[in-house]
Amino acid sequence: MTLPISSPLLSMAAIDKAFSGVAALTSASLEIAPGEVHALIGQNGAGKSTLIKILTGVYRRDAGEIRFDGKPSIIGRPKEAQESGIATIYQELNLVPLRSVTENVTMGYEPKRFGGFIDWKTAHERTRSILARFGIDIDVTAPLGDYSTAIQQLVAIARAVSLDAKLVIMDEPTSSLDDREVAVLFDVIGGLKEDGVSVLYVSHYLDELFRICDRVTVMRDGKTVAVKPIGETTKLDLIADMLGRDIAELESEGLTELAGGQADRGERLIEAKAIGTGRKLRDVDLAVHKGEIVGLGGLLGSGRTETARALFGVDPLAKGEITLHQSKGAPMSPTDAIAAGIGFLSEDRKAEGIIPDMSVRENLTLALLPKLTRNGQIERGRERDLVDRFIQALGIKTASMEQPIRELSGGNQQKVLLARWLATEPDLLILDEPTRGVDVGAKLEIQAIIRDFVKKGFGVLLISSEFEELVEGADRIIVLQDGFSVSVLENPGITENALVNAIAHHHDTGGRA
Amino acid sequence: MSANTLPGTGRSWSPRALMGGGWRQHGVLIALALLILFNIVFTPNFLQLQTLFVNISQVATIAIVAIGMTLVIATAGIDLSVGAVMALAGALAPLIFGSAFGLDYPVLGLIAAFTLPIVAAMVCGLFNGVMVSVLNVQPIIATLILFISGRGIAQVLTNGNLQTFSNPAFSYLGTGKILGLPFQGWLTLALALLIAWLVRRTLFGRYLLAIGGNERAAALAGAPVRTIKIGVYVICAALSGIAGLIVVAINSASDAARNGNLMELDAIAAAVVGGAVLQGGRAPIFGAILGAVIIQLVKYTLLANGVEDEVALIVKAIIIVAAVYLQQGRKE
Repeated sequence: MTLPISSPLLSMAAIDKAFSGVAALTSASLEIAPGEVHALIGQNGAGKSTLIKILTGVYRRDAGEIRFDGKPSIIGRPKEAQESGIATIYQELNLVPLRSVTENVTMGYEPKRFGGFIDWKTAHERTRSILARFGIDIDVTAPLGDYSTAIQQLVAIARAVSLDAKLVIMDEPTSSLDDREVAVLFDVIGGLKEDGVSVLYVSHYLDELFRICDRVTVMRDGKTVAVKPIGETTKLDLIADMLGRDIAELESEGLTELAGGQADRGERLIEAKAIGTGRKLRDVDLAVHKGEIVGLGGLLGSGRTETARALFGVDPLAKGEITLHQSKGAPMSPTDAIAAGIGFLSEDRKAEGIIPDMSVRENLTLALLPKLTRNGQIERGRERDLVDRFIQALGIKTASMEQPIRELSGGNQQKVLLARWLATEPDLLILDEPTRGVDVGAKLEIQAIIRDFVKKGFGVLLISSEFEELVEGADRIIVLQDGFSVSVLENPGITENALVNAIAHHHDTGGRA
Repeated sequence: MSANTLPGTGRSWSPRALMGGGWRQHGVLIALALLILFNIVFTPNFLQLQTLFVNISQVATIAIVAIGMTLVIATAGIDLSVGAVMALAGALAPLIFGSAFGLDYPVLGLIAAFTLPIVAAMVCGLFNGVMVSVLNVQPIIATLILFISGRGIAQVLTNGNLQTFSNPAFSYLGTGKILGLPFQGWLTLALALLIAWLVRRTLFGRYLLAIGGNERAAALAGAPVRTIKIGVYVICAALSGIAGLIVVAINSASDAARNGNLMELDAIAAAVVGGAVLQGGRAPIFGAILGAVIIQLVKYTLLANGVEDEVALIVKAIIIVAAVYLQQGRKE
């Protein structure tokens, strides 16, 4: 650990917190210097969110000391955190999409004219000048919801800064941004730093930390296990800290549990020729065979998810054709696709994956349910046996199969959803960002599950924004750009550089018409 | 903090879960106990058997409709047309057994008088379901159509007149007794058990709750969203039809203007008091019955103690507000 800094903006020391007797934090600490971009990392369940929620007054600490801006902190409610200069940009933005950008930025602090009426002219001007500091030039009178997630996120940050925040907490800020938007965000963070504002940066994407952070705090099992200047550490080093494993051990294993390029290509499972569904998916060719992982590479918005949705029968085809191994003809609905032996793990776990109030059991068997049914009645014994088997096999951490899925960590939720599809015994699994937003440990486990599935001779279509997952995992990568499939890379032999080049190349040459 | 480090939070299928779960249910039970206690002390003749009969026969219709409403609410929908469908079904029955055919063949006429109105009600439900799930009309608007026109059709059918009749076999539905208790009480119980089984044990029920809990996720997992939604509105309408027949049977008269009037509010209130969540995903059937009992008992209490109808409406509104407040508290 490094020495304590002389006059930190924030210091949290020896923080304890238990929920119904179970310790979530034991003597956790966190120190942030003025104008510092500080990373906070750890697996899901390591205690990051609990620590942040104590800082922002959502939870009350059991023991420990917090000093903010030189004073002992007495934050008891989120509002007080805001007033004392701590702003939080949540993963799920808490803005009002239907109201104008100005209203969102100035909400609660609107400039007033004589008589208490809102002075809209000043409000718009003030909003424009705030946003201009971040290089955003948009129509501030338009509803916020008209703009991309990235812009909305920047507006949230702008709002925080306009309220004279001294510390801005960003929780997974880049998870829904594309590269260009990430670059803008990083510029903004740089600007904050110059203005002396500190940033607490929580992210699963370790690469990002090395681009923008000054120091990093690693948490594991409710404790602070390492605090390091980012320049004196490596990605592998951080992963080792998070997992509590040895670096040498990790190096010999590689970063992922996947190993592409060794597959014997079997019978063809699915083939798509020149398929298109609209503006976002124009003309894509692909085929997946038994025993192989086919990767879809490309930037956000290149048509990867749309390809998956077309193959699974969610979006109707406007052109092209899909041939399945038993039958010709595209699935017309998810029900069709499931019957044809396809599973689709969707990208957005919360919006399209889990049924939050339903139990682990009910979530797990949802896709298989028709087969667990006799005369319309669910065979409960068989259902329980099956769920039991999958909880064991995938190592799903849950109090019982009746626990509501929303109470599980992200990684365990993802495993339940993976089990939902594995239970249908599909020939082809379409996995859209299967390891996004899950901790490092769960990520390796999920990758191992995928590898085992392919080993058994089934096929996988893998979409991932993490290049190393594609490069190491896929037997072939089909590169998409603006809704077109533009090139195919074959493993072994794919490198991250080759993939990046393939993704970038056609953009330079203007792509296809 | 991930919850898998918090053992003991898992819920099981205890009786509490059956009723809709959690401390709210205790709140509802306590409210019910207080209501009964109040009546024992203040309402004359409350402990008479006759009082029980009156309340059972009154609560049956609210409860039956509330069961259907609970299913609709579980899909994050709402059905405003239940009262109008009651009126329509109720208006049809006397027309059928009172027709030339019905008089010539009393048994067949009677069977037709029970089944055809319910079929007509189900057609109304089909209309609602198609509007909501195929044409994507907001449920509140889609069902508003029949809320307005359904009663109109019923009144046209009966020329707006009160139709009285004397048909003991048909009236058994509203006045008969089994083991000394009103027939419609038993019918309500049977329907509740049937629907509770449907919700908890069948593919239909699981899909219903999944769609209410997260429609996009359920659709991607292969749930036939349209079919299930249409089915729910059809079931709700069928139950409303049955309730409409019961009202007509109790009165031995069909009054299209009054049958099921304001029933949608009672049913929604009962469902919400019983633990249904307007965002969908939960279908506490026995909770709905409990809610109906409370609504009925409040009505009875006010009536028996000489409080005017207008005041009774205000009290009902307060109950709904309280129930919704409790729901908000649960989400914290």
